[in-house]
Amino acid sequence: MGLGPAIGVIFFFMIIPIGIISVYSLLEANPYGGVKPHLSFDAYIQFLFERDFDGNVIFNNAYLIIFWRSLSLAALTTVLCLLVGFPTAYYMAMQPPSRRYLLVFLVTIPFWTNLLIRTFCWILILRDNGLINNFLVSAGLIKNPIKLLYTNGAILLGMTYSYIPFMVLPIYSTVEKLDRGLFEAAHDLYANRRQLFRWVILPLAMPGIVAGSILVFIPSLGAFISPDLLGGGKKLMLGKLIQLQFTSSRNWPFGSAVALILMAVVLIAMMIYVTRFARKSDLY
Amino acid sequence: MDKTISKRPPKLFVIGKFPGFGWITLLFFLFVYAPLVILVVFSFNAGNSATVWNEFGLKWFTKAFANDDIQRAAINSLIVGITAASVATLLATLGALTITRGGKFRGQTVSYAIIMLPLVVPEIVTAVATLSFFSAIGLKLEMGNVIIAHTVFCIPFAFLPIRARLEGIDDTLEQAAHDLYANDQQAFRYVTLPLLMPGIISGAMLAFIISIDNFIITMMIAPAGATTLPLYIYGMVRMGITPEVNAVSTLMLIISIFFVSLSYYVGQRKYRSSNPR
Repeated sequence: MGLGPAIGVIFFFMIIPIGIISVYSLLEANPYGGVKPHLSFDAYIQFLFERDFDGNVIFNNAYLIIFWRSLSLAALTTVLCLLVGFPTAYYMAMQPPSRRYLLVFLVTIPFWTNLLIRTFCWILILRDNGLINNFLVSAGLIKNPIKLLYTNGAILLGMTYSYIPFMVLPIYSTVEKLDRGLFEAAHDLYANRRQLFRWVILPLAMPGIVAGSILVFIPSLGAFISPDLLGGGKKLMLGKLIQLQFTSSRNWPFGSAVALILMAVVLIAMMIYVTRFARKSDLY
Repeated sequence: MDKTISKRPPKLFVIGKFPGFGWITLLFFLFVYAPLVILVVFSFNAGNSATVWNEFGLKWFTKAFANDDIQRAAINSLIVGITAASVATLLATLGALTITRGGKFRGQTVSYAIIMLPLVVPEIVTAVATLSFFSAIGLKLEMGNVIIAHTVFCIPFAFLPIRARLEGIDDTLEQAAHDLYANDQQAFRYVTLPLLMPGIISGAMLAFIISIDNFIITMMIAPAGATTLPLYIYGMVRMGITPEVNAVSTLMLIISIFFVSLSYYVGQRKYRSSNPR
């Protein structure tokens, strides 16, 4: 069986590790890192509640806020990517073939270049003595630099920048395969541009739109680099929260629990996609 | 003269063309490429600021090349990247051959899903899971740990181009080889493998790029002695934005773009003939 080695490696070094953090999430934290082998549901309880000084369990929304921040920023990123990505993908698909291949290649380059470095570029642009502020100050438009870096807006910009190729490519490959005869048929039936878009193109492009949205949403939800470098790491998001539990906070069970919650959300999104829209070719 | 007849030819009406989409596309490419261009331009700045242009110079590149820590990190990245990409490509090739040439077998969909798993699980989850696993079994192989983790997530990236290439190869060629009395080994060695080579090279390049670019997983599991280039760059960025960061980042950017272009050039025929991705 030629498949054995590849599957074995992924099973042993990925599926078993995920099994291990599932077990860890049900154990007690060892304050020096790692876990103590006592069954405990504290990790999951901690996500919603905390114990006050008298030992009473009270509701604590601190982690829910982090969860909500990640969820809403990921959703906003997806919407922004869609708003820019759809027209781009559509326009690319309407070009003559030779230009199409060049454009697709140009979209894939950032897809394969280092995310850390692509994010770092935005620090040069956004920071207090970065390009935008330097320009505005020297043009005399503002006296003191505006705070652009370390804001939610910067995180949103960075995530959109990071993941927008994931939106363009699946939409492009769906639109490219559409039968243009259908556009002409709609036109012959007196559909105007808006109607053509709303009733013909949009429904036909839907598999690409859904695939792209999922491919953007999943990495955005667990994003680490943009929130860390452009958000300054002050407003925690899920990715940073998990990383902290395994480093300075030394609460592996809680980190494992949050990682599993994140993975559950991702798997639910995938399930919806697979059951409702799946066509193998749309995934990549 | 009849004024109702316009002298200018009417603007060509194309069905399915939307006004403004071209502008958005232009903006998209500006948005994607302008920051990279800015980075490259400022890495050639001889001044001491990362974002104020002074004069042209290669000062920061020479400085980066002479930096022992950067050299060590670059060597670590190369060792990890080459080893992980080679092993992943070998495993992916075997897997792709079985999935496309082995006929239908039970658990085919599940096998496919398992191979794609590293693409679906969020990176930070893979990172902490691998960290927990290595600590649970007490595996301390220094660089070996990093290589193992990289091999895992490189497999799907090597697998996709190889499988796509295999699906484009007509299997009647192999049958023809058999008709000419080639045994299985000979048919593979002299027919399938040469035809598959572009896919294998393309997959290996992509796996290599994915490995040398990886940051999150490496950050969580790399022991102090196994710092890779992205980890070193991250450390530099956290210390302060210096022109040296620009220079190192530009070098990494060039390496990535070089290998993607090479991978595309080699695998080009596949992309032209069927699906562009």
